[in-house]
Amino acid sequence: MSQTDTTLSPAAEAGEARHMNMIEAINSALDVMLARDPDVILLGEDIGYFGGVFRCTAGLQEKHGKTRVFDTPISECGIIGVAVGMGAYGLRPVPEIQFADYIYPGLDQLISEAARLRYRSAGEFIAPMTVRSPFGGGIFGGQTHSQSPEAIFTHVSGLKTVIPATPYDAKGLLISCIEDNDPVIFFEPKRIYNGPFDGFYDKPAKSWKGRDDAQVPDGYYKVPLGKARKVTEGDQLTILAYGTMVHVSEAVCREKGVEADILDLRTLVPLDIEAIEASVERTGRCLIVHEATRTSGFGAELSALVTERCFYHLEAPVERVTGFDTPYPHSLEWAYFPGPVRIGEAIDKILAE
Amino acid sequence: MAKAGKDQGSNRPALALHVPEPKYRPGDTVDFSDLNITEPGEQPRPDEVCEARETYPLCTDLIRVLGDDNKAHGPWDPRLDADTLRRMLREMALVRAFDGRMYRAQRQGKTSFYMKCTGEEATSVCATHALAGDDMIFPSYRQQGCLIARGYSPVEMINQIYSNKGDKLKGRQLPIMYCSKRLSFFTISGNLATQLPQAVGFAMASASKGDSRIAATWVGEGSTAEGDFHSAMTFATVYNAPVIFNVINNQWAISSFSGFAGAERATFAARAIGYGIAGLRVDGNDPLAVYAAERWAADRARSNGGPTLIEHFTYRAEGHSTSDDPSAYRSAEERDEWPLGDPVMRLKNHLIALGEWSEEQQEAQDAELDQLVKDAQKEAEKNGILGHGLHHPFATMFEDVFEELPWHLKEQSEQAIRERAIKWPEGPAE
Repeated sequence: MSQTDTTLSPAAEAGEARHMNMIEAINSALDVMLARDPDVILLGEDIGYFGGVFRCTAGLQEKHGKTRVFDTPISECGIIGVAVGMGAYGLRPVPEIQFADYIYPGLDQLISEAARLRYRSAGEFIAPMTVRSPFGGGIFGGQTHSQSPEAIFTHVSGLKTVIPATPYDAKGLLISCIEDNDPVIFFEPKRIYNGPFDGFYDKPAKSWKGRDDAQVPDGYYKVPLGKARKVTEGDQLTILAYGTMVHVSEAVCREKGVEADILDLRTLVPLDIEAIEASVERTGRCLIVHEATRTSGFGAELSALVTERCFYHLEAPVERVTGFDTPYPHSLEWAYFPGPVRIGEAIDKILAE
Repeated sequence: MAKAGKDQGSNRPALALHVPEPKYRPGDTVDFSDLNITEPGEQPRPDEVCEARETYPLCTDLIRVLGDDNKAHGPWDPRLDADTLRRMLREMALVRAFDGRMYRAQRQGKTSFYMKCTGEEATSVCATHALAGDDMIFPSYRQQGCLIARGYSPVEMINQIYSNKGDKLKGRQLPIMYCSKRLSFFTISGNLATQLPQAVGFAMASASKGDSRIAATWVGEGSTAEGDFHSAMTFATVYNAPVIFNVINNQWAISSFSGFAGAERATFAARAIGYGIAGLRVDGNDPLAVYAAERWAADRARSNGGPTLIEHFTYRAEGHSTSDDPSAYRSAEERDEWPLGDPVMRLKNHLIALGEWSEEQQEAQDAELDQLVKDAQKEAEKNGILGHGLHHPFATMFEDVFEELPWHLKEQSEQAIRERAIKWPEGPAE
């Protein structure tokens, strides 16, 4: 679970590490895979000549050609649908959905088709695609540039859901996703594209510079799917988080002087249940943190699993800190966002039991 | 919002909502004389790589080859040899025999569900003959003729319909949702029209690799109302994808007549023109016209001429499925009055007119095919019928969700096997 675990691939392939922000790390993963596998193909709105609205595909069309990296019509069901057909042919498509908030027109193709192709054809056809999409809030994105719809996908059998929290993981996980023969939803927390966000919105933004987890090898390496990463180690409680909320949780613990086992889940399906059980059995307390709305969010699944599997080790009820059950607001963003105050209060409550 | 009062909108005329209504309901006398069926042989045949817009006249006309004289007419005559014609006739007749027997098997409780394609056999069988064997077929659920035309084993088909232990889809899929990668026949989905963008994606992939394979997809006229139809047409035209869209306009989408997919205002073929795609409208009960149109579109796609939409104008002669009773919404006379006849009879009569076939041969072939299907059924029943225990082992339910079994599915698989011992203590321990 080390964050710089390159044991899966020879160090020589991984190459020299250098500083990258998350955008550069994602770009590097795509570049590596385009060069490595002639069946990898990138498609999405504005990803070609322009290089993507977040620059994640910058320079890739020029380098790899426009039959490998190209712009699409504005049609999410079309983007996912043609990617399914490309997979049936034998390609390994990496479609981009510009914002997770706009993935819904593609849901029928994802849920009814990509997720079930292997099952319904008894393995004759597969959908080895990775749908990349920026997600999450904290950027004044309002209702349709801030959502965290991961629970919609974790509920679908046949889909894997992956969310990185650091540049190192973003590249290593994305390479694993592209090589994986199952369809993967790869959500990129856009709030931390340029630097880790600790939830203290009134303080100056930080960059990834100087951080170990932003030292990214130039070449090919993988971070395995289904394995959590231990961010900090502590005995007081376990915090389960992913994406931006890993950094917010870490900052809150630091500010409060709380020693927590913070697990960055990295993959929601399949989940690293062993790491979760081992940690909660040791700490006896568990807090779940996500930006997504509360009701039927992924936190409910985590809470149920922890309660079912670690019940006799628990010394306090499992708590969830989440977004409120409202559409993501614009002006009241920091009242909505599950930031330091809400997390701090939940930690106090758990530790008081 | 309801109109608040008389004074709302002042003296502007009242708007009226149009809700389409089919011409004939149960009990009505049917008259199809206003369908304006054109004479065979009159339709021009443009070059395969013409501009899409040049096909517009063919989108409003009806490409026909076989006349009432049972002879082939005009430039669309594909001039097929007698062996090919006899093979197409045999396969269409096999599809019909198969449908008849499987329909009865459902009524006898041997399976849960079946869908016939009676009257539409040419739109799958003859179209498939116009494709190369490795061109990828993205079918809907009424193209069993494509599989038959590619030589798929009726025993395998019945195993799938019975969900028995011989079913290579392991009993996971509803009957008739076939799949055969070996025969380039894509896995059928219950979700309508999803196969259209997928076919385009396959065609784009083939083109991006410099391959020579094309994709052909089928969809009912009712499903052209789905958003996937629009995205597929848009992607196909944008990337000039080597793909053929076969729209089977059989007039009915369960109980809804084609007017609910927009047929009152324009033909389905005409939609192609707005996208910059070539469009052809063919007599879907004319086996030669279906073959010729599909061949034209395949040649166009294969020479980088781009996509084609073919509207096959036909009639769904039977109910939508074994769960449907068409006498509840349409006149029983429609089937008999349908002016384009029956595709099997038309090809049979053509072969007889050519001196290449006879009524006696037809009769003998029908008996032979009936026996063939009966034997296949008997063979498949050795593997079990639905609900009689001869299914795949419980653990297979959890396989193929992912490439590898994750921990949560392992746990659930163990649970299912535990439950089996309690529910069916006499059963085999698997």
